[in-house]
Amino acid sequence: MKRFIKRRIKLPVSKRGSFLSTLSLLLMLSSVNSALAGGKDDPLLGKVMIDQLEVRDADENNPLVLDGQGWIGRDLQKLWIKAEVERADSETEEAELQALYSQAIAPFWDVQIGVRQDFQPTPSRTWAVIGLQGLAPYFFEIDTALFIGESGRTALRLEAEYELLFTQRLILTPEIGVNFYGQNDADLGIGSGLSDIEAGLRLRYEIRREFAPYIGVNWNKSFGNTADFVRSAGEKTDDVQWVIGARAWF
Amino acid sequence: MKNSLQGPRLLDLPSMSRRRFVTGIAASGALLGFGLGSTLSLASPQGRTGPTTLRGRQFELNIGYQPVNFTGRSRMATAVNGSVPAPILRWREGERVTLKVKNNLAEDSSIHWHGLILPADMDGVPGISFAGIKPGETFEYQFDVNQSGTYWYHSHSGFQEPTGLYGAIIIDPKEPDPVSYDRDYVVMLSDWSDEKPDAIFAKLKKMSDYYNFRERTVSDVWRDIKDKGVAQTWNERSMWNQMRMSETDISDVTGYTYTYLMNGVTPDEGWLGLFKRGEKVRLRFINGSSMTLFDVRIPGLKMTVVAADGQNIEPVTIDEFRIGVAETYDVVVEPSDDSAYTVFAQSIDRTGYARGTLTPDIALTTDVPSMDVAPTLGHRDMGMDQSMRGMGAMDHSQHQTSGMETIDRKIMAHTNHGADKETLGKAGFGSTREITHVASEEGPHVGMRAESPRSGLNDPGIGLRDHMPKYGRKVLTYADLKNLYPTSDPREPEREIELHLTGNMSRYMWSMNGIKFSDADPLHLQYGERVRITLVNDTMMSHPMHLHGMWSELETGDPKYIPRKHTVIVQPGSKISYLVTADAMGPWAYHCHLVYHMTGMFREVRVS
Repeated sequence: MKRFIKRRIKLPVSKRGSFLSTLSLLLMLSSVNSALAGGKDDPLLGKVMIDQLEVRDADENNPLVLDGQGWIGRDLQKLWIKAEVERADSETEEAELQALYSQAIAPFWDVQIGVRQDFQPTPSRTWAVIGLQGLAPYFFEIDTALFIGESGRTALRLEAEYELLFTQRLILTPEIGVNFYGQNDADLGIGSGLSDIEAGLRLRYEIRREFAPYIGVNWNKSFGNTADFVRSAGEKTDDVQWVIGARAWF
Repeated sequence: MKNSLQGPRLLDLPSMSRRRFVTGIAASGALLGFGLGSTLSLASPQGRTGPTTLRGRQFELNIGYQPVNFTGRSRMATAVNGSVPAPILRWREGERVTLKVKNNLAEDSSIHWHGLILPADMDGVPGISFAGIKPGETFEYQFDVNQSGTYWYHSHSGFQEPTGLYGAIIIDPKEPDPVSYDRDYVVMLSDWSDEKPDAIFAKLKKMSDYYNFRERTVSDVWRDIKDKGVAQTWNERSMWNQMRMSETDISDVTGYTYTYLMNGVTPDEGWLGLFKRGEKVRLRFINGSSMTLFDVRIPGLKMTVVAADGQNIEPVTIDEFRIGVAETYDVVVEPSDDSAYTVFAQSIDRTGYARGTLTPDIALTTDVPSMDVAPTLGHRDMGMDQSMRGMGAMDHSQHQTSGMETIDRKIMAHTNHGADKETLGKAGFGSTREITHVASEEGPHVGMRAESPRSGLNDPGIGLRDHMPKYGRKVLTYADLKNLYPTSDPREPEREIELHLTGNMSRYMWSMNGIKFSDADPLHLQYGERVRITLVNDTMMSHPMHLHGMWSELETGDPKYIPRKHTVIVQPGSKISYLVTADAMGPWAYHCHLVYHMTGMFREVRVS
């Protein structure tokens, strides 16, 4: 799920190959695979999930967005990578990478601890992460994390997703993500308090379990101080975009 | 008694080369009067009649790779003497057999003689009975055959059994057979996937419902709302929604990837068995699958079950039976006309079937029935006791309304197992003790605990419970099984061992009492003791549990005639008890026979 809307604030961006390097990092994880699974109950496995790889229909440019995760590990302990990258006009506008240690604490829940690095936009930010990921009753997929950065910066992110099956292969996914920040970060146009909400609705068709093209719509809106930053930059505080993309895992 | 002529009876060869094996096929075909070559096209080496039969006391079995094609794509199987299924071994009770097993694979291998009572070092389980057979090496198995009936053999190494390393064993009795029949056939059921077993296992770990294409959809919800209203639909769904489980999760691996085989023949071709009108045909059903339970029937014919897991039982006539992975059932049918009949084995989740034709004439075929409705799991299959609801009975009062959430808190650490015989139920009638969940069942590795498991004895099982009222089919239950002979060890059990079959379906982890094999201490039995094992299924899958080396004497209600089994299905959210006489010294394997469960749901049993 995409979380940030600050890309419409025209901040200086450097041309870094974060998009491709993130993709190759995720691909690397998949090289650890079933070859090692020699009949033991808990083989070392790796999984790569490209949750969203999509083009968004925006006013000025059509950004390409990657939202992916990968893990390597065993039943109860995993190393987890989460990546979000957004490119527009051949430039990486946003690149965020989390590296987490994931420990199962309940049948459906994992605690995840690690670091998050925001490469873009600049200035870059580094955060410590403590998160809870899992499947809540009524089949809501939850990913929530508290981020603690330098200079007393804090952030909270809540994400939830649900799958609605029209058929065994045609699946509608409503999702929502909310970001809160502990203090203003004027360099990045982030305000304290509720910063932004993003909601999406994607309809995918699973050609195979592992591969599904989709279309959808994505809505986001800034609030509070963040919205003030956005307005002062002469941008809209909310936006609706059509998206087209593909979901894949292996 | 006339025995069958199935297979090359003329070829009583102590050992067979590959060339002679092929010759044997031709001889077998000619013997059955098939115009081989002209009227019957052979799609696989065995054609439609199944694998060849090897007889005698000396056998040379070569384990090796063998290309097979069950789906239109060529794949490499693990075979014995180039055959999938492996050749049928026909022994005689009272003889000593020698089997030289050569491993031509690139990895360790083994053969386990499933259901055979033999010395521990001949049982063929790597790491427990012996070190396994290294690549290029030959291991010589030798043991006395002290029983008769239908059994089977398979690799106990890695994931070789799912790729074809399984075959039938028939042991003809020393004394006259109490079952009269004119001909007999092995009916070996199995499941074949073009995917490598490691890949299937990895997929299940990454997405446990990968192979389930019967999840509830929006239209199911809409139909329920129209039929029952919003409130009732919501209430009915609440347990599933809170447990985060699926009512359609019947088989972990389904017909999406499996092609179900009968004697190694695909459903498109169909296995072929010939009979003459008026003959008594003994069908020796063996479930050699990796993951699939089958429901078997022969439309138009009553089946008389004469043996279960190789052991003769009091004959019982039925229309349909469920066969768990690794179980065997011998049935006798008597077709009284010149019609063809379909031997129909549908998978428990109704995603596919294996089938064959019993016919008096190779040119005569018959319809293949359509599969029955796919079953869905209910509260009962979660081990939830609905009869208690609203009655405020016993100590369940605080657990009645919110299902599994409250079960999580009902962890008790009772330690009175085997304390005094007063609390033990009488031999033959099963456990009377209240079940308890041990502390090791608590944690992220266990997804559910059966609060009030019912006995699985009288339960035909999910998907079969309504077959009598709906179709008029009498379905076999375990309660129907009575030994043909008196119970050999009439002692009362000295103690009771309660074992819980546990797992986390979502993470695809399996264990017993919440402890997986690699973390578990062996289960100790004292040599000579008579013990009751009560299995409680804290999952919503059916687990066929196999104890090596000793009989599992299923307590079906008659202490004088307790049937002996080697594999016992423990139904979802249910419990079942059997007696064991620990009369076999040594280390033995004890595990769920579903191949992707057994890596974790496994114990070593030590008799000393």
